Amino acid sequence: MSQATFRIWRSKPGGENGGFIDYTTEISEGMVVLDAVHKIQAEQAQDLACRWNCKAGKCGSCSAEINGTPRLMCMSRLNSLDLTQPVTVEPMRTFPAIKDLVTDVSWNFRVKKGLKKFAPRKPDAPDGTWRMAQKDVDRVQEFRKCIECFLCQDVCHVLRDHEKHDAFIGPRFLTYTAALEMHPLDTADRLPDLKNQNGIGYCNITKCCTKVCPEHIHITDNAIIPLKERVVDRFYDPVMRLLRVFQG
Amino acid sequence: MAAHATYTYDVLVIGAGGAGLRAAIEAAGTGVSVGLICKSLLGKAHTVMAEGGMAAAMAHNDDRDSWKVHFADTMRGGQYVNNWRMAELHAKEAPDRVRELEAWGAVFDRTADGRINQRNFGGHRYPRLAHVGDRTGLELIRTLQDHTTYLGVTVHMEHTVIDLLRDGGRAAGVVAYDRERGRFHVFAAKAIVMATGGAGRAFKITSNSWEGTGDGHALAYRAGADLIDMEFIQFHPTGMVWPPSVRGILVTEGVRGEGGVLRNSEGRRFMFDDIPDNYKPQTAADPEEGWRYTQNDKTARRPPELLTRDHVARCINREVKAGRGSPHGGVFLDIAWIKEKLPDAAAHIKRKLPSMYHQFKELADLDITTTPMEVGPTTHYIMGGIRVNADSQESTIPGLFAAGECAAGINGANRLGGNSLSDLIVFGKRAGEYAATLARASAQPAVDDGAVDRAIANALAPFDRGTGENPYKVQQDLQEAMQSLVGIVRTEDEMQEAVRLLAGFNERAARAAVDGHREYNSGWHTCIDLRNLLDVSEAIARSAIERKESRGGHFREDYPEKVAEFATFNVSTRRQADGSMQVSRIPLPEMPAELKQIIEEQKQ
Repeated sequence: MSQATFRIWRSKPGGENGGFIDYTTEISEGMVVLDAVHKIQAEQAQDLACRWNCKAGKCGSCSAEINGTPRLMCMSRLNSLDLTQPVTVEPMRTFPAIKDLVTDVSWNFRVKKGLKKFAPRKPDAPDGTWRMAQKDVDRVQEFRKCIECFLCQDVCHVLRDHEKHDAFIGPRFLTYTAALEMHPLDTADRLPDLKNQNGIGYCNITKCCTKVCPEHIHITDNAIIPLKERVVDRFYDPVMRLLRVFQG
Repeated sequence: MAAHATYTYDVLVIGAGGAGLRAAIEAAGTGVSVGLICKSLLGKAHTVMAEGGMAAAMAHNDDRDSWKVHFADTMRGGQYVNNWRMAELHAKEAPDRVRELEAWGAVFDRTADGRINQRNFGGHRYPRLAHVGDRTGLELIRTLQDHTTYLGVTVHMEHTVIDLLRDGGRAAGVVAYDRERGRFHVFAAKAIVMATGGAGRAFKITSNSWEGTGDGHALAYRAGADLIDMEFIQFHPTGMVWPPSVRGILVTEGVRGEGGVLRNSEGRRFMFDDIPDNYKPQTAADPEEGWRYTQNDKTARRPPELLTRDHVARCINREVKAGRGSPHGGVFLDIAWIKEKLPDAAAHIKRKLPSMYHQFKELADLDITTTPMEVGPTTHYIMGGIRVNADSQESTIPGLFAAGECAAGINGANRLGGNSLSDLIVFGKRAGEYAATLARASAQPAVDDGAVDRAIANALAPFDRGTGENPYKVQQDLQEAMQSLVGIVRTEDEMQEAVRLLAGFNERAARAAVDGHREYNSGWHTCIDLRNLLDVSEAIARSAIERKESRGGHFREDYPEKVAEFATFNVSTRRQADGSMQVSRIPLPEMPAELKQIIEEQKQ
């Protein structure tokens, strides 16, 4: 049995007086960072706050920044980290701190409320059902793998550094919008919202979101860029603009 | 000591997994005010872990399927102690509930003709599980969550209920605390729907998250409701066994549905050696026929790996005990072998079982397309729960409804895979509907301030003790005891020992102490959850002692056979005025002749 040191961000409620505290604990084969946090919680720091649920990368609760990289604690194996140095574990920095590793992610839930909901076309069959081909739902299924861990929101510089929370919905909700826009049954038009209040123009496709996605969704290439193209086609195509002028 | 805030709703739903969300949607749709309390963030409930699919006899992949076959399969799987009316309603209504999800935006895998695709699963005669790869639970919860967003339901996230309040005989509200600040809140409601899920955390090896502490079971029990069938725990046959930190995490039955086989250390497919008589007519004669079944050959019968979960779990347990297990105490589950049958098998596996591929790759450094997995039984599901009226889902306490895993009846002694997600949406809807109807016809019950103060004082006691027991340690000891004494193979002596130990754990839990403040303090939360785990564990142990036979998820080494007399009742537990637990037998209602006939017809 060997030991490792975890440099964990601790703070008072409300995120006050935050700072790193080192905890050294025993580690064993196959452990992930979340196991170490739990062990420290049970043995050294009962009141250490962290979120977790499934412990299998399926619920997206245990998002944190490990050695500076946004990751799920439950999917970060210790044998993938350099244990000769303390492993830093800190909360997602894009969201307001609540306590220790827990942040206030309620902004995300508010953003979703403001997006247009799914509006299916009339059923295809008399029994009220639809027909869709697998190849037409494949790309939507990729986006629907999202576990809402919000690591993409955390890493996005538009939110993290520029704090455009009021003007930009972030990669998570662009992916959510793409899933609706590309849903074979959906009839709603979300392009004006994307251009205006959703702020799709702020994204300059640096692909940081894609890089941290634990579900390996091609957020930038498959979701955001096609949406940007649709917005450009609708609102910035010079031929179409000219046509609109003539048509009043 | 007062609560920080009081909320008043017509219908209050506790739990935001599939059942709770579906109940909230139904109630809100009738125009009543709805509050929804959940222990975690919205969308994180244990429903997201469901992988294989939801069972509904839509007959897309095999037109021989119908609600009657589904009903008979469910009753056979439950060893005929199910509530037959719930099994009937479930089989009849599940197809509509699944189609409704599609209208709300769910994107299921498709058949070649563009309909919802259905897959094979253990105990289901025909391909019946609507699915999305192996992440069906995520699709269900996200669809319901997103649909709820637009219905005006007020969601209180990261709140934990500590006490159920009553006004005279009926349910009147709850006391809860919020995790962020540790403040107490009172929720008054005309009708309450419990949808709190399971209690797997009572055991050491479990697929359940920290939330599965039997809160709804225990809250209802302490308020005087009946719990039934608590002896029936489902040990899922295939949980991960290595590395230790992921022990218990689920490996979907879908692996076997896609052709995965179980082998012992000698390379033998041991499931062929033990096929129960009542399943023999439906089981493949040889590996070749089993393979054809998984590839949707309608003339083939299913491989023995797809027998019911209770049976497969016991066979695995037996192989391990006989010294024929894998290096880390499981057996081998091999899907990689299908490369002998399919060109491009690796890509096929990744497409059909993407999250299993991902899970083993990232957590165990193992590529399931080339290497067999090591698996063993894990505590997965509790068939027992709050006793409810089959049609309305109302418990024995007026105004208190229950749906999903915390309610009992539909599954009898063993649940078929895929019947849980469909249970959530069928009975979640019913609970929401009947709760709303009751709320519209009722006046707001009174909240007993004295009861609120007592609940709060009780919850805060661990802070006042200064030093005492470490709640994590008590929880660990409880899990060890339940795992070894009331687990997959049970005996009278061991269970009596468990009851004695539980009394000791109760005393230690009453001395548990925590440091720090009330804000997001997991030590404190563990103290509170512990009370629920202890009550649920006692109900499990005492019910299991009462059932002196083996049936479904309940296997007793001292009574290894099924006994006809025990097929006539459910075991029930109820709290007595002095706090003790009374165990009794509730006769099963007589099944109508037409349902009996369906069961007979399907026995062929």
